[in-house]
Amino acid sequence: MLYFDHCASTPPREEVIRTMMEVMAKHYANPSSLHQGGVEASGLLERSRAAVAGIFGTAPAEWTFTSGGTESNNAAIIGAVARYRNKGKHLITTQIEHPSVYDTFRKLGNEGFRVTYLPVNEQGTIEVRDLADALSEDTVMVSIMHVNNEVGSVQPIPQIGELLKQRRRVLFHVDGTQSVGKLPISLREWGVDLFSASAHKVGGPRGVGLMYARQGVQLEALLAGGGQEQGLRPGTENVAAIVAAAKAFRLAVEGGEARNAAMNRLRSRLVECIGTIPELVLSGAKSAYNDDNQSVMAPHIVHFSYPGMKPEVFVHTLEEMGILASTKSACSSRENKPSRVLLAMGLGQARAASGIRISLGDEHREDDIDYLCGKLGEAVLKLKPFERKDCKS
Amino acid sequence: MKVDTIMVRFGEYTTKGRNRGFFEKRIYDQVRRVLRPFAAVQMTRTYGRIYIKLNGESYELISAKLKHIFGIASFSPASKCESELEVIRETALEVMHSLPKKPSTFKVTMRRVDKSFPHDSQEMNHLVGSHVLRAMPDLKVDVKNPEVELRVEIQPEGTYVFCEVVPAAGGYPYGTNGKAVLLLSGGIDSPVAGYLAMRKGLELEAIHYHSFPFTSEKAKQKVITLAQKLADMSGVPFKLHMVSFTEIQTAFTQCNQDHLIITLMRRAMLRIAERLAEQAGALGIVTGDSLGQVASQTLGSMNVIGRTVELPLLRPLITTDKNEIIRIAEQIKTYATSILPYEDCCTLFVPKSPSTNPNLNVVLKVESFVPKLDEMIDEAVAGVETLVIKPGESSAGKTSAGSDDWF
Repeated sequence: MLYFDHCASTPPREEVIRTMMEVMAKHYANPSSLHQGGVEASGLLERSRAAVAGIFGTAPAEWTFTSGGTESNNAAIIGAVARYRNKGKHLITTQIEHPSVYDTFRKLGNEGFRVTYLPVNEQGTIEVRDLADALSEDTVMVSIMHVNNEVGSVQPIPQIGELLKQRRRVLFHVDGTQSVGKLPISLREWGVDLFSASAHKVGGPRGVGLMYARQGVQLEALLAGGGQEQGLRPGTENVAAIVAAAKAFRLAVEGGEARNAAMNRLRSRLVECIGTIPELVLSGAKSAYNDDNQSVMAPHIVHFSYPGMKPEVFVHTLEEMGILASTKSACSSRENKPSRVLLAMGLGQARAASGIRISLGDEHREDDIDYLCGKLGEAVLKLKPFERKDCKS
Repeated sequence: MKVDTIMVRFGEYTTKGRNRGFFEKRIYDQVRRVLRPFAAVQMTRTYGRIYIKLNGESYELISAKLKHIFGIASFSPASKCESELEVIRETALEVMHSLPKKPSTFKVTMRRVDKSFPHDSQEMNHLVGSHVLRAMPDLKVDVKNPEVELRVEIQPEGTYVFCEVVPAAGGYPYGTNGKAVLLLSGGIDSPVAGYLAMRKGLELEAIHYHSFPFTSEKAKQKVITLAQKLADMSGVPFKLHMVSFTEIQTAFTQCNQDHLIITLMRRAMLRIAERLAEQAGALGIVTGDSLGQVASQTLGSMNVIGRTVELPLLRPLITTDKNEIIRIAEQIKTYATSILPYEDCCTLFVPKSPSTNPNLNVVLKVESFVPKLDEMIDEAVAGVETLVIKPGESSAGKTSAGSDDWF
């Protein structure tokens, strides 16, 4: 089997598994316990926190371990909005956020907040100008994902940060779940106040997320409990998974540039291949960089549509050929609705209802891409007689 | 306004005569050390001032660091311009326009250090003030109580224009007033005492007494965290001596003199501290005592306790109120750590009614009955475990838990 679903979840790295097993076996004590075992376990948590802080050039106290990207997004957005609700009632996000952000804002919208959902262009990026126009005196938070999980478009986070630096009372949340280890991240330089990431997207264990809250930003906790993680995320910490996650994040960021340059080359190869199959239409930009040499597409995601074909059928066909890919994002692929993200990009019903995502990992080589390419062609040939013409436009 | 320069003013030691150069060099070195991460900045030192040219580095990040450097009284974000009347007038206007809130009154304060500048201070006040008033008609001059003081300094190398004076830590540069040891308990007071002592230019080494198994490992971690904060404030590595006090403390509990136990403990602690001070070349012992706060801090108790040692006992908090101490602890960010609920050896075995007025002769007598007290003190000194805590490191890096290749 060739695994092309790294956006959904990555295979854990061997050294991460080893770390997790060793910690799990030796440090099973509750970090809140007073005895030596507890002290050691809580020491491991602090070392993990310091390691994570080091990776991002920030302070350890600014990081909270959560259960994953969804919790981090929820905790950061709801926690900050609850804390600062008397400062304003206007929130800004985009139309293409991950459900853990999008639905959170939907909920806040029902609770009396005014939410602006910024539109995106055909490539899946917002215009910084639109954001500037949307800002009002009443705005308390702007939440924008770094890399879109479905099509891989990259938002102009540094420029947005620059704009928001002039609006100090507006909190800037960035969902970095798909970008950590794939694109350079400078939280301080960009003026990011809140940031989310997830370990299992970078070769780490499932069930561990990171939430960054810049020093001085106060949050209200979603959970009540024993006061762990400075009260922000109570509940006995999963020490083994957290240590392993810290390692995974480090390995993903270290030397990421070279690996991602290689991944970018694979991406262009795959994009070129898709261009040769007339039935398939690429989503987002062809090239990973624009004319100004800014990243516009993540190096690990290629998204295309097969108009007229139910994407599940295509995915299952590929599966029979030994290839694992996904339709829209894995979290929502069971829903049989056209993709909200693709609709927002203005691609129309037919394309929005037939999207397929290939996401790459470190282990892929040119041969794998060529093999995949051949199979894409075969699958299209096999399915072509079953296209539904009425769904093609 | 484009903040391109930070003007740094020094603390009270500027009144010092011949030693001033020494103090200034120390603070210059300290500022340079703290600003090392900001590669582009350029520093120049003039008489009683440091000018930091930002060259594009962030004012916010740098000012956050400067605020905590001992010896800096205040600093100002300034716009530097050529010493030419029109340029100065334009820069002054720009600075006024850039204020976060529009003031209704202001005044101009001129300092003309460069006496070759063609207009004198009085004239300049008028020339700059009138220019600003023409451009901002809603503004009025108020020389007595202005909302904004627009300051212009004409120096030989150029003119600095600024409105804001940011207060900093003040005091003396770290380590310019000698060296002492600090008794660091883990409570609220002792870190504050340490901070105030350091601000006065004292170099410190800390001593912590623990009574494992009566005190927990977490109490020790807490003290390491506090020491880390002190190291961060001073900006140089900070020594923390861990002394095992269990044997001495349990010996005292056998004396059947419960009401004196605190007095006896404090005396033993001071003896150990004095020995460690000698080893460190320190000439004083800093404690967090505050008059009347607890039984050992009445004047009567302090008399009996203090007579144990010959080194001067320095008590920066002696006349401060608890609320005031808490306020400083919050400001230096030690409070949250200090209130973590782990027992230290001062809160262990506290008798129901400790003596607030112990009798020196009785205390001496009781001490003479404690078997091998001197040997135990020797042992405690010999067995001291010393940690060197480096600024900017989290205490997490020092926990021994785990193997390095896990991370």
